[in-house]
Amino acid sequence: MTSTGDSLSADQIARAKIAAVDAIGKASSLDALKEVKIEHIGDRSELAKANQALGKMEPQDRAEFGKVIGQAKTIVAEAFDERQRVLEKERDAKVLIEERVDVSIAARRTPKGGLHPLTVLTNEICDLFLGLGYRVAEGPELEAEWLNFDVLNIPADHPARTMQDTFFIEPLDSHLVLRTHTSPVQARTMLTQDPPIYVICPGRTYRADELDATHTPVFSQVEGLVIDKGITMADLKGTLDYFARAVFGPDVKTRLRPSFFPFTEPSAEVDFYFNGRWIEWGGCGMVNPKVLVACGIDPDEYSGFAFGMGLERTLMVRHGITDMHDIVEGDIRFTQAFGTGVK
Amino acid sequence: MKVPLSWLSEYASINKKTSVKEIEDAFVNVGFEVEGIEEQGADIKGPLVVGKVLSIEAVEGQKKPIRYVGLDCGEKKTRFVICGATNFNEGDLVVVALPGALLPGDFAIAARQTYGHTSDGMICSAKELGISEDHAGIIVLSEGKPGDDALTLLEARDTIFDIAINPDRGYALSIRGLAREIASSLGVAYKDPSDDVNAKKFAINKDGVQVSIDDPTGANVIYIRTLSGFDSSAQSPMWMRRRIEKCGMRSISLAVDITNYVMLELGQPLHAFDSAKIEGSLHIRRANKEKTFTTLDNVVRNVSDIDLVVADNKKALALAGTMGGLDSEVTEQTTGLAIEAARFEPLAVAKNSRRHKLSTEASRRLERAVDPVLSEIASARAADLLIELGRAEYVGSSTDGSIPKISSITLDPSFVSQLLGIEISPETIASKLEVVGCAVDKKADKKWSITPPSWRADLLTPADLTEEVARLVGYDQIPSTLPTGKSGATLNPLQLRRRSVGLLLADKGYSEVYNYPFVNQEMVDLLGFTGPRAASFKLANPMSDQAPLLRTHLLPGLLEAAKRNLSRGAKDVAIFEIGSVFRDVTKLSTPKILATSKRPSQSEIESVFATVPAQPLFVGAVVAGQLDRAGWWGKGRKFDWSDATTQALEIIEATGNTGKVVQSDLAPWHPGRCAEIQVNGKAVAHAGELHPRVLEALGLPARTCAFAVILSELPIQGNISAPQVITMPAATQDVSLFVGVDIAASDVQSALVAGAGDLLESIALFDRFVSPADGKVSLAFTLTFRAQDRTLTAEEVSTYREAAVAEAAKSCGAQVRA
Repeated sequence: MTSTGDSLSADQIARAKIAAVDAIGKASSLDALKEVKIEHIGDRSELAKANQALGKMEPQDRAEFGKVIGQAKTIVAEAFDERQRVLEKERDAKVLIEERVDVSIAARRTPKGGLHPLTVLTNEICDLFLGLGYRVAEGPELEAEWLNFDVLNIPADHPARTMQDTFFIEPLDSHLVLRTHTSPVQARTMLTQDPPIYVICPGRTYRADELDATHTPVFSQVEGLVIDKGITMADLKGTLDYFARAVFGPDVKTRLRPSFFPFTEPSAEVDFYFNGRWIEWGGCGMVNPKVLVACGIDPDEYSGFAFGMGLERTLMVRHGITDMHDIVEGDIRFTQAFGTGVK
Repeated sequence: MKVPLSWLSEYASINKKTSVKEIEDAFVNVGFEVEGIEEQGADIKGPLVVGKVLSIEAVEGQKKPIRYVGLDCGEKKTRFVICGATNFNEGDLVVVALPGALLPGDFAIAARQTYGHTSDGMICSAKELGISEDHAGIIVLSEGKPGDDALTLLEARDTIFDIAINPDRGYALSIRGLAREIASSLGVAYKDPSDDVNAKKFAINKDGVQVSIDDPTGANVIYIRTLSGFDSSAQSPMWMRRRIEKCGMRSISLAVDITNYVMLELGQPLHAFDSAKIEGSLHIRRANKEKTFTTLDNVVRNVSDIDLVVADNKKALALAGTMGGLDSEVTEQTTGLAIEAARFEPLAVAKNSRRHKLSTEASRRLERAVDPVLSEIASARAADLLIELGRAEYVGSSTDGSIPKISSITLDPSFVSQLLGIEISPETIASKLEVVGCAVDKKADKKWSITPPSWRADLLTPADLTEEVARLVGYDQIPSTLPTGKSGATLNPLQLRRRSVGLLLADKGYSEVYNYPFVNQEMVDLLGFTGPRAASFKLANPMSDQAPLLRTHLLPGLLEAAKRNLSRGAKDVAIFEIGSVFRDVTKLSTPKILATSKRPSQSEIESVFATVPAQPLFVGAVVAGQLDRAGWWGKGRKFDWSDATTQALEIIEATGNTGKVVQSDLAPWHPGRCAEIQVNGKAVAHAGELHPRVLEALGLPARTCAFAVILSELPIQGNISAPQVITMPAATQDVSLFVGVDIAASDVQSALVAGAGDLLESIALFDRFVSPADGKVSLAFTLTFRAQDRTLTAEEVSTYREAAVAEAAKSCGAQVRA
């Protein structure tokens, strides 16, 4: 091999390569690495100059030197990339450490909202019965007296009518009342639909009781009604068992006690056993044939059951609420505690 | 009804070993809820004896009367005690607790020095013995002799059950009825107390006070027993007084006590008239001759021909089955008595009681239907007692009317098993019905003829008989099976909407509340409600005169609730309610009370539905303070009119509807900061800041905001057609325009949209200010264009922008900002 002009010898190329790799290895920052690049890789570096000199070489030398220079450049470039990766990683690590925050101070910038627990419970019950093939039926709170009472076998002046302290609307001959139960929804359903009927009726109801720790004149009920062929009191019992277990837990027991409601016969009170005691839950029974007849359903062909519970009482027992005022007063702290019922 | 176990046991052979808990359960199992159990006298320990007062010496110089009393307690020596009561005299018989006795409340009796004497025991009042609330003085006995065991004489130890009686079981408001129930529940023998009465010995004759049922809709049957020579000084025997007291009533006088005693025993209310005050005969009629009537509680009552009365030839003497009159009351001078026992029509008594707000022991029983057989028997029982205890002489009896015939019920015994879902043998069904008192005639396999007993007017249908069998077999025997609907079910769109809106608001930081829908006129006036929102329904019997109206809007309740939260220390409040409102705005049909013996016709049913006003479903919210809160991150932001408006709009959009916001000035919103939102040109929501005067009057913070959306007014939308998602690049153009101050930005925006052409993808207002120089409003919008098939050039979109500006200039007078 011969050397001509300012072309480099193979030795020199090897030295330049070693010097470059050495300098790259010693560069301790990205800025330093940039300096190294100018000196050892840039246009005025030894290797660049050697490359430029290739053109002036004899063709037979050019191939050989070109190969040597190319190899040297590749090695230097690889060393540079590697060093740059390392330095960038170090820099990034440093920046991210500087950007560290105290995650424990994370806070909501909007307050926690919530559904009223009555809504949460209503949704839960509706979903439970939707799963059994019941529809959710609703009706007006301001209701015709006839639908609230008469059609349900509670005639005027019947003592049962005074069991319920009814709010009446002026003038009295409007015969409008604030419904005392959600049963008029059952009546409306039976008057407008043919059996089989499977409905659950949640809603607000009214009775003239003073507000105290356990009573409120405005409360919520949920009633169920089933009218079908061959429906028995055992079906009623099974439905209540299912309902009670879903609401209060798998171990809860129920019991039926004979009672009286004008719209059911036989009638019963349903109690459940919870935390070591029997608690009255609601009323129920087999739909009185008189009610079926008044609604145009043939009692020889169909039978049915109905049940009704107070939602406030259910909530109070289930969640350990000791004062009705908390349910009716709309204190946001109370509502917020229940969230949206998502489990 | 309160019943002592001692009295029940006289007719139900309850085993002495049966525990109180077992008896309680036995009542509950057959449908009689036990509301309370009182173990009377359980905490008294003897010796408690009858003492005769021998001497009374007043102890002088005390602030209250104190007497030093010498007593014969059947001992060798006179016993002396100190006593503060003065309601007794020498010779009276009293109850003495001797040293060593223990009275209720761990009150130990011992000999002690007091008022300068040794008191060697205590003379007792009924309250001190825990057998009555009577503390007016000490007990003065009308019977017994010194040294007798007073605990036995007073029947002081007893278990008293307080039993809730359902309205269909009037017969159970008596010892006769409850003894029957407990006997059948426990499976022990029962004896009917009415069987002990021999009524036939008092023959019907023309002697004494005669009676007639002038209005046959008022009563089925009535008996009058006339007696004379009654000794009004005769006292009620201790056993009778004690039984009356144990049943929760008061002993009054012998004649009255006898009527009450027989009522408690048999269930038939009785009324005793002073026969000297009756002119002519007695008549059951309506109060068509008189305008007022004074009942024996000394209340003058307005009466009319609705009211059923018992009258003599001249005037009304009693509000039938409810309360006697002051004029014919039995007094200390009474010697002649007319005892009335009637089976008044339950509805007539219920009306009397309801109209005059008089619920009495008599009306409670009669309105629940009394056994018609009892008129004859109970009146005879009372006559017996008056003769025996009051030394009266029998004069004569009169009666009118007859016992209504009892219809039999056809029962297929398999119906019972079918309805209950449990196999019950025909033999068991028959035997249970017989226990209840029914006559069972098994004339055909599928067609039994069941005749209910006279006291069970409530047994009318096979379902009624099924309940009787079920409760005696035991409801706990019924198995548990789960039926399910035959077709799928989902929530309807409005139900889904209600749920989604609740969740949407809860997730944004709002808390749901349920307010009472009761408001007052002051609130309606304060909020400036007019038109439909002032058309309130009024309650005839509100809980309080403070809130007699039904809400026409959710705001009154929400504002009160917001205030309550703030007064309890909340700094920021965001609450919402979803509920119905009531507006008296439509002409409602005049209601008819339809018969229920069959389904009314379709048009009749629809006419009932038409008497009920529509009750739209609203969502409303009130926000005071910040929903975007301050914290370590920096400042918070007060919820403002714009937040309220966009929140309402978001709810509308969540239902798939498009709302148009227009300027409004609806009270109680701030007249310049109230948005009306329209869907299809119809107002469905209002939102904005509330009127400062309203906020001030309610004590709410300045700038409190509110919105209300009529959820039930929003159209239910069908399936959404999918948008075309274009992947070509977008080109944006900004425009700045000046408009007059009365031009709504939304109108300018609409004009720009209309002018910009089909390629406009979106538009947004990004700046607004009012020029101080000329008062004009500057509005700056970004318009984004996109074409499906090409990249738009700058030249092309600028022509669209110019077209948009030209439209804004034309319809809103907008000028491009220089």
